[in-house]
Amino acid sequence: MSPALVISRREIRTYFNSPVAYIVVAAFMILTGYLFFTQLFLEKQADMRGFFGIMPLMFMFMVPAITMRLLADEKASGTLELLITMPVRDWEVVVGKFLAAMALLCTAIGLTLVFAFTVRGLGPLDRGPAIGGYIGLVLMGGAYASIGVMASSLTRNSIVSFILAFVISFILYLLGKVTQFLPQSLQGLFSYLSIDAHFENIGRGVIDSRDVIYYFSVIAVGLLIATLSLESRRWK
Amino acid sequence: MSSDVMIEVEGLTKDYGPTRAVDRVSFNVRRGEVLGFLGPNGAGKSTTMKMLTCYLSPTDGRARVAGYDVFDQSLQVRQHLGYLPEDTPLYRDMTVLEYLQFAGEMRGMSPDQSRSRIHEVGVRCGLGDVAGKEVRELSKGYRQRLGLAQAMLHDPDILILDEPTSGLDPNQIVEIRSLIKEIGREKTVILSTHILPEVQATCSRILIISGGKLVADGTPEALRAREKGGRYRVVVESNGVPKEAIRDRLASLAGVARVETVGGEEGTHAFALDAAAAADLRKPIFRTAVDNRWTLLELLRESASLEDVFRNLTTGDVTSGDAGKESP
Repeated sequence: MSPALVISRREIRTYFNSPVAYIVVAAFMILTGYLFFTQLFLEKQADMRGFFGIMPLMFMFMVPAITMRLLADEKASGTLELLITMPVRDWEVVVGKFLAAMALLCTAIGLTLVFAFTVRGLGPLDRGPAIGGYIGLVLMGGAYASIGVMASSLTRNSIVSFILAFVISFILYLLGKVTQFLPQSLQGLFSYLSIDAHFENIGRGVIDSRDVIYYFSVIAVGLLIATLSLESRRWK
Repeated sequence: MSSDVMIEVEGLTKDYGPTRAVDRVSFNVRRGEVLGFLGPNGAGKSTTMKMLTCYLSPTDGRARVAGYDVFDQSLQVRQHLGYLPEDTPLYRDMTVLEYLQFAGEMRGMSPDQSRSRIHEVGVRCGLGDVAGKEVRELSKGYRQRLGLAQAMLHDPDILILDEPTSGLDPNQIVEIRSLIKEIGREKTVILSTHILPEVQATCSRILIISGGKLVADGTPEALRAREKGGRYRVVVESNGVPKEAIRDRLASLAGVARVETVGGEEGTHAFALDAAAAADLRKPIFRTAVDNRWTLLELLRESASLEDVFRNLTTGDVTSGDAGKESP
């Protein structure tokens, strides 16, 4: 088995051995569940739009909570030294951590399928947007997780790591909201960089390569910076 | 390079910003050697080890481990060594068995191979009783043993152990030392410590490092022999002769640097003499005793201890005082 997978498996076990995974997933389900069912009962509206709409903001809190300790904790406790002096490449460590975060995130996303089935039970479910929405959730979650892993690689303090990841994703989120104040020439760039605009596109049920490429780019850049940050101990 | 040389270090240098932690250190280590890395706290022992294990990169100089360069071929280097970092950082939420399985997987071992090796190192390191316990519940001694077990798991040619016996009780220290000695017969071991009896007990060769510089390299015997002079213990029956008279007489001998009266039995006078040079003072002491009709009860030459060597080589270093205190 590749070292990256060995690391991610160990990390997943750590998630479920500690209360972190349960708390994060439970908080996520309670919040989204509350929003989904109030919309369902109060507005008598059985669709997934409200649920997907809240996700970019929800991930901003939830994903950094999942990723904050991935590398920061290992630095603080010194276990990183033992891990890195095993025959493993730095990028394999980073990818392993990222995959573990994705596994937990996908578990949480998977649980929300309950909402999709609820909607289907009450009436017709608009299949395209629902499938697109879930694909978009995983892609966007990947971008957030990559930012989180990167933030975790830059500090040895989990709290700092959380705040850093939150701020970076918040800035990427804001970019798309401020376009009307910008000169025409910058509007295109800013809305392209916006982390949730692409999710909205995919959520319409149209999977455009531009949107997919955007998320893969964010993931790649985040993981690359995290790898460089790990490597930096060697040229400091 | 002879195939016997497992570690080859040339002009290894490490700067942390403006401070030079390791300064042009060069040495070789052969197969079957247990090398003791000795030095006061902050002398650069750990930094040197971190460079050999590819955790840090040298600012200057080269190091080859098992024939591979630590910078250019770091993956191969890491395959050939086992490392126990200072303070034994381990994942606290794993059990002993899980941890060793994880280490085996990281080393690319097959499940069968890993199982039999875990059994073997578990027995050797005395982990049988705690296999199912979580690391966080382990005492310092067991944690240290687990650290050693994971370093030995893949049967590496080279073991690098940073303070392997720190925090252990005397019985555990003896066990770990004999384990290291045993491993050292076929493998190459580098261990760091600031406990002097430890190197005497386990190492076939000693490197003393101070202020980032290598100040001595040799067998414990060779290092002791380097130290000039020596100490003599002289006990004379008192027989009414005043202590001061004997002391002054001994002090006037050629080659004696200093005489101290030390505690002795009732009716005897005991002295400690420091020799100024390498000359043997036993004869002149005996002659003096005979000439003055003293009854000489004891005459013992103590060769310089490793502690003297250590202190002489590392004085001037700010932290050497602390290191001296810790040596029992």
